[in-house]
Formats: sequence, structure tokens, C-alpha cells
Amino acid sequence: MTGAAIEATGLGMKYRNRGWALRDCSFRLPAGRVCALVGPNGAGKSTLLALAAGFLRPSEGAVRVLGTTPGQARSRMAFVAQDKPLYPQLTVAATLWAGAELNPATWDQDTAERIAGELPRDARVRDLSGGQRTRLALALALGKRPELLLLDEPMADLDPLARHQLMGSLMAEAAEHATTIVMSSHILTELEGACDYLLLVDGGRVRLGGEAEDILAAHALLTGPVRDTAPHTVVESRTAGRLQTALVRRQGPVDTAVWEAAEPSLEELLLAHLRSPEAPALLTPSATAAEGGKEVAAV
Amino acid sequence: MAESAAVEYRIDRRSGVATYLQIVQQTKQALRLGLLGPGDRLPTAREVVEATAINPNTVLKAYRELEREGLVEARRGLGTFVTRALGGAAAADDAPLRAELAEWTRRARAAGLEKDDVSALFTAVLDRTFEGDRAG
Repeated sequence: MTGAAIEATGLGMKYRNRGWALRDCSFRLPAGRVCALVGPNGAGKSTLLALAAGFLRPSEGAVRVLGTTPGQARSRMAFVAQDKPLYPQLTVAATLWAGAELNPATWDQDTAERIAGELPRDARVRDLSGGQRTRLALALALGKRPELLLLDEPMADLDPLARHQLMGSLMAEAAEHATTIVMSSHILTELEGACDYLLLVDGGRVRLGGEAEDILAAHALLTGPVRDTAPHTVVESRTAGRLQTALVRRQGPVDTAVWEAAEPSLEELLLAHLRSPEAPALLTPSATAAEGGKEVAAV
Repeated sequence: MAESAAVEYRIDRRSGVATYLQIVQQTKQALRLGLLGPGDRLPTAREVVEATAINPNTVLKAYRELEREGLVEARRGLGTFVTRALGGAAAADDAPLRAELAEWTRRARAAGLEKDDVSALFTAVLDRTFEGDRAG
């Protein structure tokens, strides 16, 4: 089994005014994956990323990153927060120069320049548009040549062309250096195709975790007569007249004499889970933390 | 620096066809049309993902499938290369077969079959003829 890029055990975070943002999270992200961190607004995605980056201290439990504490792994990872914090008075060129100075051991000027692309080098950060600032923040993050890249809503303020281009650059980085990438978004279609691993966070809990392919294969979309879908676990079921459509977690083979079975799309699967908060969590073996983990289920 | 690859992949996310299969099919199509031939280099995973923004493992999976079918070969540090042409007979040799099929299709139509009927019939016979070829 490959090493873990992130391993959380009983991880929880309580804010003074808002209560628990994240509770009882146990999961594992193997190294070398491109992971989509998805969930509705306020699900705990940003909190989870900030905990992994070492920007927040957990209220309970622990998170380990690249086999050590987030603090000790800091030089080996890069974190781009949602608000893309940069120094507003610096120019683009000075920002890139600072990136090189602060990361002397790993800095890759070519990569940083390539991501920065057309950005005017003498423009000050405070005069850049939101999309341009995103580009500069990603140039810094990738120039650092991290083993783990944590991106919180990276594409939110980019136009479709810039989105495609930057996603391409991220994938190229992953192909060449086996960089582990975690990207959060509440728009799944933005990440589908680029990610091979999935973490669904909802209501402060991890509800799905594992290889996107395996999670899909563990479920089926059944269409047929209105009747009990046992032994399969129902995630969501709808009835229209004499026809029932059910998204189920498969327990053994589907009886195709009764049901027409299809593999759901990733979007159907996620929406079904979000509409059914009581559906049990599913973590595939590779996503299961070595110890602890109450919500663990085998595929 | 290796010379640039001979094909570019176009990924259609709404096609319903798995992304890796789109790469496999487009490669085979290029082989059939002679756009790719033995010795040609396929684009590297990096080149493909940079242009298409898909996951690198998807490209590797497609290339493994092509390798399994004996169409390409990965050479360490150099890239993935086409090892054989596809289509069996050259286009000129296809001509008599094509003429026979055209004649058969004309008769099927004359017998009152719709386009979909002909297509279904052809697919059924095709599947039967090549049954078992994919196993193993």
C-alpha cells in the first residue's frame, strides 16, 4: 500500500461561535491521487483543508500529512486558501521573486513563469482582477514544487478558458511529479474527469471516500416495479405510478430479472447522498484510516 | 527532444463513453485511417492531460489497454510507440468486401428493412462472428 498523503483520525473542529464544523472524521488519502473534495456550502471542506495545512489546530482527533504533522510537512506542501492571500503592495515579479527566496530548495522558476503566463510582471497585486490573483497564487503554489497541493475552491473566479488551462497545468504537474492534489468545490462537474479520488463532506462528516471508480461501482441505479430492494441498501428511492427508481449501494449482484440496473453518474450519486442525509457512509479500503473510524464500511 | 506526436485526442465529456475508451477508440481510428503507423510516438501522458485537463491515470489506462491489444509498446524513458498498423487488409483490398456489403445492404433495403433493422441485423451477425475474441 502506498503512503498516505493525508490521514485523519477522529478529527473534529469546533468554532467558538458556530459550533462543530467538522466532527469525528476518519479517512485516508493515498499519495499520488487527484482528489475532489466535494460537498455543499458550509459542509466543512475549508475547515478540513485548513486543518491539513496546519492553519487550524484540531479541537479533537488528529491529522497527519505526508507521514508527519502538518507543521513539519509545511515545506513539502502548498495551500491555496479560498481568498488567495497575497501581498497587495507587491508586484507580480516581486511576488514570484519572494516565492523563489522562501522556497530555495525546491523552487521551479519555469513552472511558476508558465502558470503566471500573461500576467503583467510590473502590475501590483492589488490592481489584479480576482482571476489574475488566482493565477498568481497557483503560480506560487506550483513553483514550490510541493508533494501535496491543497486547493480551496481554486477555479471559482476563473473564466472557462482559464479554468481549462489551469486544470491542464495541474494535471501535467500530477503526471510528471506524481503530486497529490486535493481540490475542493461545490460544483462537481468542474472536477469530474480530472479527479480519480473522491471525498464527500457533508454536515461536518465524511460520507463517501475512495477511488471514484470504486465508489461508482459500489452503487447501482435500479429501475423496476415498486418492491423491496433488499438486500441492497437504499440511498434514495422514488416512485412514479408503478415504476420505482432507486439508487442503491449494492450488496451482491442485482437481480436483473426484476430490475434494470445501470451505473449512476458521479453527479447522480452525490446528489442522491446529499438528499439523503441518513444514508450510511462508505469508505473504500484505501480510504480507511488505519485506526479508529466509526463510519467505516467495506465495499 | 522527441518530435511532436502524430495525434491529438479530443475528449467529449457528454458522450457517455468512458474517457479512457475515447482515447483507445481515437487511437484505433487514427491507425485505421493510416494517420498513425508503426514507429509513431503517441503523445505522453503529460501532453495529453495538459491539453485535455483529464486525470493522468485515465491516459495510462488507455495506453495499457492499447498495449494489451498489441497495438503499441511503452519504451522506458522514450514514450509509447505504435507497433503495428490496424485494418488488416489495405484499403484497396477492402474494395471487393465493401462492394459485397453495399450490394447486401441494397437487397436488405429492397426487402423492406429500415436502416435501424439493417444496423441491428449487421451488429448481431458481427457479434456472433467475433464472439469470444475479446475473452482473455
